[in-house]
Order: sequence, then structure tokens, then C-alpha cells
Amino acid sequence: MTDALDEVFRREAGRCTATLIRVLGDIDLAQDAVAEAFTIAAQRWPKTGIPPNPGGWITTTARNRAIDRLRRESTRAGRHLAAHRLHTDSMGPDPNPQLDRLDDFVDVVADDQLRLMFLCAHPALAADAQVPLILRLLAGLETGEIARAFLVPEATMAQRIVRAKRKLHDNHTSYRIPGATELPDRLTAVLAAIYLIYTEGHTATSGQSLTRTDLSSEAVRLGRTLVELMPDAPEGVGLLALMLLSESRRPARSNPDGTMVRLADQDRSRWDQALIIEGHQLVRACLRRGQPGPFQVQAALAAVHADAPTAEATDWSQIIALYDQLYALRPHPVVALNRSVAVAELHGPAEGLAALAAIDSGTLDTYQPYHAARADLLTRAGRRHEALGAYDRAIELTTNAVERAFLVRQRAAL
Amino acid sequence: MPQYLISVWHDDTFEVDFSTPDAQRLAAQVGAFNHDLQQAGAWVFAAGLHPASSATVVRSSGGEVSMTDGPYAETKEQMGGFWVIEAADLDGALEWAGKAAAACEGPVEVRPAQG
Repeated sequence: MTDALDEVFRREAGRCTATLIRVLGDIDLAQDAVAEAFTIAAQRWPKTGIPPNPGGWITTTARNRAIDRLRRESTRAGRHLAAHRLHTDSMGPDPNPQLDRLDDFVDVVADDQLRLMFLCAHPALAADAQVPLILRLLAGLETGEIARAFLVPEATMAQRIVRAKRKLHDNHTSYRIPGATELPDRLTAVLAAIYLIYTEGHTATSGQSLTRTDLSSEAVRLGRTLVELMPDAPEGVGLLALMLLSESRRPARSNPDGTMVRLADQDRSRWDQALIIEGHQLVRACLRRGQPGPFQVQAALAAVHADAPTAEATDWSQIIALYDQLYALRPHPVVALNRSVAVAELHGPAEGLAALAAIDSGTLDTYQPYHAARADLLTRAGRRHEALGAYDRAIELTTNAVERAFLVRQRAAL
Repeated sequence: MPQYLISVWHDDTFEVDFSTPDAQRLAAQVGAFNHDLQQAGAWVFAAGLHPASSATVVRSSGGEVSMTDGPYAETKEQMGGFWVIEAADLDGALEWAGKAAAACEGPVEVRPAQG
């Protein structure tokens, strides 16, 4: 039952929170209400079984709890409200708009999550808080998971998120899809958040399973909604293409026993051709617009991989050229890291290690994929002793059980 | 309806000489903006302030009131004027703030009032 409840939580928490924020107009109140509803579910469902529409059950229960709480609090503030009524038209609407809105509660609206994303991407919020806030509220990620994705201490991340929520609250920020003129400015943060939700689903930061399909499919769904909403934004199309092409490899990414298979070793006949075709079409469509951006280039990279019938047949020089283009758009050490791996494929492990050594490794020291890639290249270069050390560091930094098992096997094979 | 403070910030040496064409242009722009606020029913109050060198800081401690030459914050940037407006939400306030920044040709800060 705990597993089933966890599953419902992952799948539904973001959606329920988004709807409750719309209904209640308050982020903290919505989060508390959803948490309370899950607590009640944990007590009740083991006896009654999981209801047919668990998300609807959680949303309704959370809403009822929130109404109870608002009523209690408005009784406490009753005298204040009565005074307020004296100064307003006594025949007019209820001066407490929150309760007003609760009465015409409607069912989950598909747009709620996008609406919440655009709210979190409000330009009045600090840029480094926008994406974390989306991940916390919509993807239901823990602050620790988000902190790891951004390579900052958990306390720093917690403070950013609290501050951003407080600013939205204090400023009476409205919960709506922004107008056409404001959309492009907020799009960058929204795209980044959807992609982070996807990558968290692709390789879960923690847990026993390599992937969290719920998060990946949620990200793809949000990507599709976004492209419907903004068909003329090539980066949005690029992001959707990137996710579909990565998703096409899911069936080949793990063995039947759940262990992980690297891209080079995957059985390519198991790649999902329908997703590859759709992804290819989207890549071509967005690149035709001639406004390249990081997601379009990454989608093009995924398309080159999807084109290769075998790992050896991959067009590595094309891959390196695309990484160069990506680095020019976004000079991030992680991009340089991936480029080094491609260099090793084309020119051998020694060249790859030289490219790796040229990266400023300060920010990458706590980044697990850096040490895993380095360990692999050192192994291939025959530098066994150093490879062991790199595997140790990578294993130490890995929080996903399947990935750790893979690295432990690689190390043992040395 | 929520109220917001839109404040105008200057270098502390800033002084307006209303005989110059620049200042007259600013005054006309701000006047037109004030008119728009009033027409829209968003106006609560507004004022341009004398330079920060005109400020006095007053303190009360144990029933004793004391005064010192101001301004209170010894910063390079000082508030030069402000509006208090009503807006439905932050986006509404930010839209007015954009017009305020254009009218006074400088940055403005938006802060929500409590309550």
C-alpha cells in the first residue's frame, strides 16, 4: 500500500497542488491542504482500497480541508469581517473572496499546471528561484533533489524557494496564463523546468528504480500542452522533440532485471520508432525557422544518435560540431563534459581525457556524471589505478540505486 | 484592492532645476502619467520630494525624542518621489510602474503595502 500511495503521490501531487492554488489563491494553503489529504489517504486507503479516481479524491479532500480551515479562521476574524461589511455594500457579494471562489469550485483544469508554471516564471522573481519553485510545486520534488540538480547546498535552495513563495504571496500575484506579449519572457524558465522534470524522470536522483516514468510522461504532456499554446516558439518545439527522442530509448535503457544499459550497448531495435519519427519531424520543423536555441541543438544531437543503426555508425564529428554550437549558446561545464565524451569516441580515450582535463572542474567535482565519464575514459585508456579512484568518487556521489549497481559492476570488472 | 508603493530613486546628488528644458519635459511626462492614474481610478497619492539633504531623522527612546540631520540611510541612492497606487494584482502594478519609469526616465521600485 505504501508503494501504491507513493505512486499516487508522485503522479498526482503536482496536479492537485496546481488546481488547489487556483481555487484557494494561496500557495502555502494549497500545499498544506494537499499534504493533509495525503495523510488522510494513508490512514483510510489501506482499509477502503484506492478510489477509482485517486487524484480527484485528493483534490476534493484537500479542498474540503481548506474550506474548514478558512471557515475556522474567518470565525476568529469574524469581528474584523463584520466591521469590514459595515463599510461595504451589505447586499453585495461576500467580502471574503476566497470562500466565494470555493463555492463555484470546478474540476481539475488541464491548464492549471501551465498556469502555475508561468506564475513561478514571473520576471519579478529572482531568476535562480523560478525553476526550483516550479520543480517543488509541480513536480513534487523534494528540496534536496532540487538542490542536487542545481549543484547548491540544500539550505540555500530551501531559502530561495521560501523567499519566492513569500514574494508571490505578499505581492498579490494573480494566477493566470500571461498575455501574448509577456509569454516569451517567461518561456525560458518554463522550458527549463519542464526539461528538469523530464531529466529527473529519466534518471531519478534517488530511489530503487532508474527511471520515474510518471515524471517523464508528465514532462512530455506539459511539453505538448506548451507547444499547443505557443506553436511559434521554436525552443518549445525543440524541447518536445528532445524529450520524445530521449523517451524513444527508454525500452532499451534497462535490462529485464532493471539494471542499466549504456547508450553504446543498447539494443537499438527496441527503440520506439514512432517517437523517433515524431521527434525527427519536430526537429526539422523548428530548425527550419533559423532561430537555433539550446533545446533545438540538443534535439538535433538526439536525432543524430537516433539515426545511427549501431553505436559504431554514429556520426561523431556531427555530434562534436553540435556540442560546439551548444557550448557557444550555453557555455556550461556539463556541455563541455559531454563534448569530451564525443571526442573520445571519435579520436580515442586519450584525446577525450585531454578535453576533459581542459574543463574547469570546480563546479563538476560534486557532479556524478563527470566522475563516471572520467572513470570510463581512464579504463579505456588503460589507466586502471586512476580509473578505480574515479569510480569510487562516482559511486560515492550516486544516489540512484540502479546507477550505483552499474558503476559497482564496472569497477569490479577492472 | 491591493495598494503598491512605486518609488523613484536618484543619485543622492540629484537636484531638479525646473528652469531647464529637461526638467520641464519630465514634469510634463509625470503630469500626464498622474492624469492617467486618476482617470483609471488607480491614484491614491503621490509626491516628488525635496533632495535627501533636506531630511531630518527623528528617534524616540524612553520617552525622549531626539533629532539628527538626515537622511536615515547613508546610501548613494535616495528616494526622490513616490506614488501609492491601487491595482488588482502585481501585474497591474508593474504595468503602471513601467509607465512611471518611462515618465520619470529612471528606475522605480514596486512594493506591495501590507493588509
